[in-house]
Order: sequence, then structure tokens, then C-alpha cells
Amino acid sequence: MPFGSVQGARKIFLAKERGGGAHEDLVALDDASFDFEAGEFVSLLGPSGCGKTTLLRMVAGLMPRSGGSIMVNGKDVDGPYGDYGFVFQAPSLMPWRTVLQNVLFPMDVLKRNDAAARNRAHELLALVGLADFASSRPHQLSGGMQQRVALCRALIHAPKLLLMDEPFGALDELTRLEMNDLLLNIRKETGASVLFVTHSISEAVYLADKVLVFSRRPARIVEQLTVNLAYPRSQAVRFTPEFTLAKRLASEALGIVAPTAAGGAH
Amino acid sequence: MITRNNIERIAYPLIGVVLVLALWQLVCVAWKMPESVLPTPMNVALAIGKYWPALVTEGWVTMKATLYGFALALLLGIPIAVAVSMSRWVNLMFYPPLVALQSVPKVALAPILLVWLGTGIESKLAIAWLVAFFPIVVDTAAGLQSTPRDLLELGRSLKATRWQVFSMVQFPAALPYVFTGAKVAVTLAVIGAVIGEFVGSSDGLGFLLLSATSQINTSLAFAALFALSVLGTIAYLLVVVAERALSGWLPPPLPKH
Repeated sequence: MPFGSVQGARKIFLAKERGGGAHEDLVALDDASFDFEAGEFVSLLGPSGCGKTTLLRMVAGLMPRSGGSIMVNGKDVDGPYGDYGFVFQAPSLMPWRTVLQNVLFPMDVLKRNDAAARNRAHELLALVGLADFASSRPHQLSGGMQQRVALCRALIHAPKLLLMDEPFGALDELTRLEMNDLLLNIRKETGASVLFVTHSISEAVYLADKVLVFSRRPARIVEQLTVNLAYPRSQAVRFTPEFTLAKRLASEALGIVAPTAAGGAH
Repeated sequence: MITRNNIERIAYPLIGVVLVLALWQLVCVAWKMPESVLPTPMNVALAIGKYWPALVTEGWVTMKATLYGFALALLLGIPIAVAVSMSRWVNLMFYPPLVALQSVPKVALAPILLVWLGTGIESKLAIAWLVAFFPIVVDTAAGLQSTPRDLLELGRSLKATRWQVFSMVQFPAALPYVFTGAKVAVTLAVIGAVIGEFVGSSDGLGFLLLSATSQINTSLAFAALFALSVLGTIAYLLVVVAERALSGWLPPPLPKH
């Protein structure tokens, strides 16, 4: 049995829920199905506003689904279940807490903020290169550093699943590349499964074992690409023919490049 | 540390004040204003010196009414704001009447409060409380309702209880708003206390001001005005000091959306 399984998941926003004078129901996500294994890295790639985030929030149990089934770790998802870390687009740190206290926030909620938790928090901060910033305030850090703190916060309670909603979308290109390598390293260290929403084709390919390509609204999964590149990956991988091919296949699935013979060869 | 910036920040306001005083003096001399209509800055300074003990005594009376009223507004305003933001029912039942009540000119209530509470400190305190109360409720409620969505979702994802979400996320996130309200409230509280003294009192700076004008001692009236503005500034600074003291814990000003 796979670690996670999404079967025929649908999300329809009814006109009456949408408000603002909307008269039609909005199909945000139509019949999404995919599995993921323990430790697998899955990218959710698609145009903006195509329902990827909706799917991610349904997997988190933060949003009820309109149909289909979602199972994680053998349990049906029918509400938040805590055993995952969520990373938002913005770092969303608490300005009144220090970096260390921000990382420990989940442990405060779970009433497990003990010496072991603090040790783990320091280890995680060291892992993302912020060992010296434990007692800093969030506003003293750059955007990329803040997002690293958010990553530590998502991992502090040792979840088996990491849900990430375009976490590096607001960062500059160089910081983003750095964060990608950092994330792969963290995945290796923790063995967590990752669902990673992005609209960057190269980011999706660089990170993932598997790329789910979404269409425009009503969103459907139009392609599931397996990325045949061995880990550990380094930035040099971006210049290999395999990487280019994977990007080409994803672009074809997105409909931004016309299909070719090479595209049909996978 | 004395830097060029510090010197500028002290020197320029001082020059401004001196210019305004000079202009004032000039107007009095040029138009030969009688002291009973517009005293010169020098007359006012002399009055301040002459009536110094009275200004301090009466100022202290007004200050007490202001601060007690303000403290009471905080003590009652914050819990009411919490109730209004946390419970839909309380919100629906009490928020509209509360807002409607806010549009009542509080000055108009002063004579009624005087009838109820007498001419002692109670009626001043009540009026100061009444004017200070609304900004605290409104701003605190606004703060509690504008918690960043991500943080609420984060709490929800961890199955945080309502109390945990409130105490660890919503209330700390609302504190800058509470202070915004408090700063408005404390200046209003001074006005409330003075109105109370105008309507019926035998002490306080408001009373001193009234009796000075009735005796056509305009210099003393101006001295009382000066004392009032000093008092208002001190009250405001007290709130700012409290805000600074908490600033290690408070967020820095949020980025404008």
C-alpha cells in the first residue's frame, strides 16, 4: 500500500459559498488521482490558480473535499491530523518570537517543548545554516533565511510528510537554487515524503522523483512524469540532456511546447 | 550620543518654538492687545511661575481622573473586544449597539453622569472612561480579527485548541493594535476629564481654567492650557513607554499591505 493515496479528489466551490455575486459553481479541481510512497518527493506543477494549492490543503485536511478519497499513512483524511509540516508561500513567522521560539511553536501547541525538542530545534537550525541566529528576531533575517526558519518549524515535530505551497516563489533565483539543494538535503536527512507545489518547471524537475502536471481550470492532472535522475543531485544536473528532456516533457504536458518525436519517446 | 542627526532633532523644533513665540509677542505688541484678551508669552510665563503650586495641585487632580478612567477603559475594553471577536453571538448581539453608542456625543452625557455620580472624581473618571473605552474596544477587536491567515492555518494544522490559538497567536498579534487604540484613548481621556471638570467640579485644571476666565485672568487661563498640554503629553508618553518596554516582545511595525 502506498504511503499516501489520492483517488478522484474533487473540489467544487459552490456559488453561494463564493459570494461576491458569483452565480456559477467553480470547479477548482477535477478528479485528481495519484499515489506517493514514503520518502518520495512529488512536485505539483501547473499554472497559477489551477488548484494545486487546493489539493495540497485537502491533503492537509485544512479544506474539505467535494468528492473522492484521500488516505495518508493508512488513515482517511477528514480534518487536520498534525502529522505533517506545512510551509506556506510567505515565511509567516511570529514577529514576537525569536527564531528558536518560532521553530518550537509546534512543540508548544503539542505540549512537547522539552529539552529534546530544543536540541532538535538547534540541530535543524544548524542543518539550514542558521545555528548562530537562534536568538535573533525574524525581522532581522533576510527572506531566504526566514523561509529556512519556516522549514525548521515544519520539521520540528518530525512529521512523515512535508507539504509545501510554493515556498520559494518569492525568493530571488540564486537563493532559490540554494534552497532547493538545502531541501533535498533535508529530505535525505529526515526521510519525509514531500508534496511540493510550484509553477517553476525547472524547480519541479530538479527536486522531484515524480512531477504531476496540472492543466488550467478546471484543473486535472494531465501527466505524471517520473524524473530519471539519481540523487544526490547537484546544480550540474541542470545541464544534462536528461534534465532538458524532463523539462521538455513537462512543458509539452503544460501545452507551452508542441509535442515532438522526442516527447513521445518516454 | 551626540550626532549631527540628534542635534538637528533637538535644534530644529526649538527654533520652531522660538519663532512661534516671537510671532505671538509681535502680534501682542503691534496690535496693542490688552492682557485680558491675549496675554504675551511673557505674561503667560509669569503666570505659570506665580500659580505654579496651583497648577501642579489641580493638574494632579486631572491626571488622576485621566489615568483612572484610561485604566478602567483598558480593563473593561480588552475583555469586551475579546468577547466580541471570539463569539459570533456576542458580536451580533452587542457590537452593533456598541458602535451605535459610539456615535453619541459623550460630552452630552456629562451632565447626566454628573447627576448620577456627583461632582467628585467619580463623574470625571466616568467621562474619561467613556471616551477612552471605544477606541480600545474597536482597535483591539480589529487586531484580533486581522490575524494572518497562515498563522491560523498553522495552528489548525497542529490541532491547536481555541485557547492555544488565542493566547499564542491572536492576542500577541493584536497587541500593536491595542497600543494604537490606547494611544488614541489616553489623549481622549484627558479631554474627558476636563469636560467633567467643566460641567461640574471644584478642582482640576478644567475648573482652574473656568474660574480664571470668569475672573478675566486670561494669563492664568493660558497657563492652565499649557499645564493641560503638558499633562496630555505625559499621559501619552506613559503609553509609549509601556509600548517600548514590551517592544522586545511586540512585533516591529507590520509592513503596510
